[in-house]
Amino acid sequence: MTLTTTTGEPAVSDGATARRKKLVPYWLLIPGILWLLVFFAAPLVYQASTSLQTGSLEEGFKLTWHFGTYADALGEYYPQFLRSIGYATAATVLCLLLGYPLAYLIAFRAGRWRNLLMVLVIAPFFTSFLIRTLAWKTILSDGGIVVSTLGSLHVLGLTDALGLTEGHRVLATPLAVVCGLTYNFLPFMILPLYSSLERIDSRLHEAAGDLYARPLTTFRKVTFPLSMPGVVAGTLLTFIPAAGDYINAELLGSTDQKMIGNVIQSQFLRVLDYPTAAALSFILMAAILALVTLYIRKSGTEELV
Amino acid sequence: MAPLATPARWLRRHLVVIAGLGTLGYLLLPNVVVTVFSFNKPNGRFNYQWQHFSTDAWTHPCGVADLCGSLSLSLRIAVWATLGATALGTAIAFALARHRFRARSSVSTLIFLPMAMPEVVMAASLATLFLNMGISFGFWTILIAHITFCLSFVVTAVKARVMSMDPRLEQAAQDLYASPLQTFLRVTLPIAAPGIAAGALLSFALSFDDFIITNFNAGSSVTFPMYVWGAAQRGTPVQINVIGTAMFATAVLCVLAGQLVGRRRKRS
Repeated sequence: MTLTTTTGEPAVSDGATARRKKLVPYWLLIPGILWLLVFFAAPLVYQASTSLQTGSLEEGFKLTWHFGTYADALGEYYPQFLRSIGYATAATVLCLLLGYPLAYLIAFRAGRWRNLLMVLVIAPFFTSFLIRTLAWKTILSDGGIVVSTLGSLHVLGLTDALGLTEGHRVLATPLAVVCGLTYNFLPFMILPLYSSLERIDSRLHEAAGDLYARPLTTFRKVTFPLSMPGVVAGTLLTFIPAAGDYINAELLGSTDQKMIGNVIQSQFLRVLDYPTAAALSFILMAAILALVTLYIRKSGTEELV
Repeated sequence: MAPLATPARWLRRHLVVIAGLGTLGYLLLPNVVVTVFSFNKPNGRFNYQWQHFSTDAWTHPCGVADLCGSLSLSLRIAVWATLGATALGTAIAFALARHRFRARSSVSTLIFLPMAMPEVVMAASLATLFLNMGISFGFWTILIAHITFCLSFVVTAVKARVMSMDPRLEQAAQDLYASPLQTFLRVTLPIAAPGIAAGALLSFALSFDDFIITNFNAGSSVTFPMYVWGAAQRGTPVQINVIGTAMFATAVLCVLAGQLVGRRRKRS
């Protein structure tokens, strides 16, 4: 046993107290880690085994190592998978495009309004997000302001042709679902963006200006690269929940906009086909992990260039 | 040339402000709609189209069956989930921030994973466990699920605060003959308090508003978000908007009051 006395510890530390000190982190960890092992890790193992079971609700399910469930699930529901990835990507890009100016505004241009703007970004969180998503039903409804404005600008004809809307209405179309996803996860983009922008030393902007960089060049060469940690964190925080979401597709879409979350939910809670639901959530998890790893690697190398 | 160039230049200089405020409008528009429609008197079962002005829903917020019951269930679960997650999470955060031990990186991964996973995956796997164990769904399964997903957020919030704390403060306390317990209660805990409060507040908000994990683990219990979800199919009572508006207004007022108090304290 080693007697390590770090600075500041009382000099009279004998073997017993040192040993007791060494055990402190474990006592702190045990309750919480045990909780996560039982209620987070063990369920994942249970689910892995469920995805390889066959049987029916009446006769019970048995573990038969039936990997065919994965192939069947992927074969039947790949459109919903692709749609989830597509909608989540679109929503993430829109969140970045919409969120960056607001985060920039709060970090550099807001002055004494900064706190108020922060409150206004966070405040919608306190109204249940389901209520707020239902409000989009009113906003995007057929007689509503969005449809009539877009219609009079002849935008709806264009979006109809692109397959984003249908029959000159917005509700129950891909546009509505992506709009809802973007809205719901926008704060998750703005907050990390803001926290990395806020840390940038404003003297760097002055220095760039002194070196005759135009504002756009300053942004491209100084501000944006320095905000990369926020961009990466924000896109992950937006993409991951958006890809697994089923609320926006259910409330704002029709059966043609169902995402993979909707399939998992209905397989589990309505059809009661637990193996398929388990296999689908494992495929979703694997797909997201793969995409996220790829993205982190890519953004990491871009940062170095 | 000059008068023509000025508006263009003004626009270019304020482009960021205009775009940012546009985004803010996009974020707040649904809240405006929720508030306006809390004064609506709809014709059918759904409150999606404006009919007449009425304050009926505001005077009878519990006028629809089960609504206030679901609200109280959500509040009870949020309070207990916050207490549980904050206690467990704070202990882990202190261990991670203050101690060296084996399996440190595995512990960090175990904390990080629940936040990096789509909610629906966690929801389905936990429900699978309960089903396999033959545990009946209800208050306790919802509470367990909520503590599980709030835990990681508490750890992250508290750890950040403890890590940024100057360790010399604790050493100074010990040099002044404070016992380890006194040091913890008089120095460490007060400094970590804002982090713990942030974690607790986040837990409360996450738990109160959670739908996906609750939907899988609630059985026949109905929390407030589940009530709203059901209402979207059956018909949306105006009272939902009243509660949404009241929650929004309370939150904004609390934050603004807190800032006013903080500013006054700074001045004096």
